[in-house]
Amino acid sequence: MTLVLDPRHAAAIGRHGEADYPAEACGLIGGAIEGDRKIAVQLVPLANGRTDSARNRYLIDPESFRRAQERLDRDGLEVIGVYHSHPDHPPAPSAFDREHAWPWLSYAIVAVAQGRAGELKSWVLADDRGAFDEEAITIEERKAVWQ
Amino acid sequence: MAVKILIPTPLRPYVDGRDTLELEGASVGELLERLAGEHTALKQHLFAADGRLRSFVNVYVNDRDIRRLEHQETRVSPGDTVSIIPSIAGGTGGAVADQRPKLSHEEILRYSRHLILPDVGVEGQKKLKAARVLLVGAGGLGSPAALYLAAAGVGTLGLVDFDVVDKTNLQRQILHGTSAVGTPKLESARARIQDLNPNVQVETFETRLTSENALDIIREFDVVADGTDNFPTRYLVNDACVLLGKPNVYGSIFRFEGQASVFYAKEGPCYRCLYAEPPPAGLVPSCAEGGVLGVLPGIIGSIQAMETIKLIVGAGEPLIGRLLLFDALKLQFRELKLEKDPDCPVCGRNPTVTQLIDYEAFCGIGAEPVYDGADVTADEVQDELDAGKELVLLDVRDPHEYEITHIDGAKFIPLGELPARLNELDDHADVVTYCHHGARSLKALEILKAAGFAKVRSLRGGIDAWAVNVEREMPRY
Repeated sequence: MTLVLDPRHAAAIGRHGEADYPAEACGLIGGAIEGDRKIAVQLVPLANGRTDSARNRYLIDPESFRRAQERLDRDGLEVIGVYHSHPDHPPAPSAFDREHAWPWLSYAIVAVAQGRAGELKSWVLADDRGAFDEEAITIEERKAVWQ
Repeated sequence: MAVKILIPTPLRPYVDGRDTLELEGASVGELLERLAGEHTALKQHLFAADGRLRSFVNVYVNDRDIRRLEHQETRVSPGDTVSIIPSIAGGTGGAVADQRPKLSHEEILRYSRHLILPDVGVEGQKKLKAARVLLVGAGGLGSPAALYLAAAGVGTLGLVDFDVVDKTNLQRQILHGTSAVGTPKLESARARIQDLNPNVQVETFETRLTSENALDIIREFDVVADGTDNFPTRYLVNDACVLLGKPNVYGSIFRFEGQASVFYAKEGPCYRCLYAEPPPAGLVPSCAEGGVLGVLPGIIGSIQAMETIKLIVGAGEPLIGRLLLFDALKLQFRELKLEKDPDCPVCGRNPTVTQLIDYEAFCGIGAEPVYDGADVTADEVQDELDAGKELVLLDVRDPHEYEITHIDGAKFIPLGELPARLNELDDHADVVTYCHHGARSLKALEILKAAGFAKVRSLRGGIDAWAVNVEREMPRY
């Protein structure tokens, strides 16, 4: 599948990563499925639940997930992915990311080096949980407006 | 009637794209087993290799987390709704293992009274060891806070202070001893903390916290404990913490009363929600001007240490959204509820303060009227008196200060009584007003000038300067 982001979404993910630097920023991506495209409609920035080691960990607790899911549900959207930042690390999933990953969801990771957002990549967990496969990101301006 | 199971989006591909399933079962464990049995590809995402439910898979029965019920043994009845809710974790760094520091044998012994507490335990103690706490000010509040946080095993303590230990500090600033008088506070603080607990890393910042350096310093810490004694720094600490998303454990003291709260804009109000603007400059006296009972910072600073530890360990209910008021004379604690101000200029919906500002100007400091040539030094007054000049020395301090010491022959009228007692003074006389350090005597000068006194000056540095430069046998306070 391909993750389709509006340029504003890509910019907003970068800005969130910069704002929370050197901690990891995280949030959910709400959207809809069209064929083999996961189309992002709305980002839900969330507070990083890991206050103890926010520099290299993030956590979206089930309560936050539930609330975000309910909100998206009202707009007819669903959680299609998660984004988070890797402060001073490349935008590739770590072993820790893989161990804790959910299948099917897009894991968008933005590298934030020295407080500046850089490359954005998306990853999907392989069905056997053995690896993360890179997923194509298409940046295109969203014409239709759902809400 | 069966139990309804809600499937989150990431798992729907494994159940033919459906978002709801209906299954029969008496307990959560039984339902999940049946679910994984019917949809085999689902199993590895729900259960780890050892058969336990994966840590990031959360199951709710109706609205309740089964971890708060009886886990997988939780009973379900027809008509109940079971939801599978993801928690999502990740991060950089390869190791899957616990990232928290290990405790040495020495630490296990040292912290044994913590380790046997159910709400702290080994996990909590490791969190304390991994934590970085910044104390702004190593004075009255910072002293007990630093001592208890160091003793408790906080891994890194940052200290910001630029002051030198003064004898008048020793009555309450228990980090510093008599032998440290005249040396930088950070030096004696470091020595005392290292002696108390050599496991603690002390990072010192010998500087005034300013709009230029605050973000860089605070960014590196997890929690800030504010022990400042002035409004510009208090607003600076608040705003920097809001901008960086850090909790700010606040305490303040005056005479016999203290306040404490935890300002954490992510979860509650900030200091500006409580006090949007500072009081007019000079209205609220500092400890140096107003005095403070020495034990009081011990109580408030210890509360700050307690709240800091609770935030780190995640135990209990933090003082977020509550303002604790303490009255030492009545020995009474009261609590006010604090609401987040939606129009707060820093943490509100549409913040107008999005970067650090000039806090001295914001608090009206530096905007005080300047009286050129209106002040006079202690030596000059002494010379004039020696030369036989007729001077009226006007002491405008409070009666209890007058009792400690005063200049012989001075006329004594407390500042508050001055406007009503102007008739006791000759408006043609050459008046020199004085107080403790020179602030109140400028106000007295202002009152006298406004009343038409022509020759008024204020003693620069107050009676303290007089004791240092002229009457050296006079006690200082």
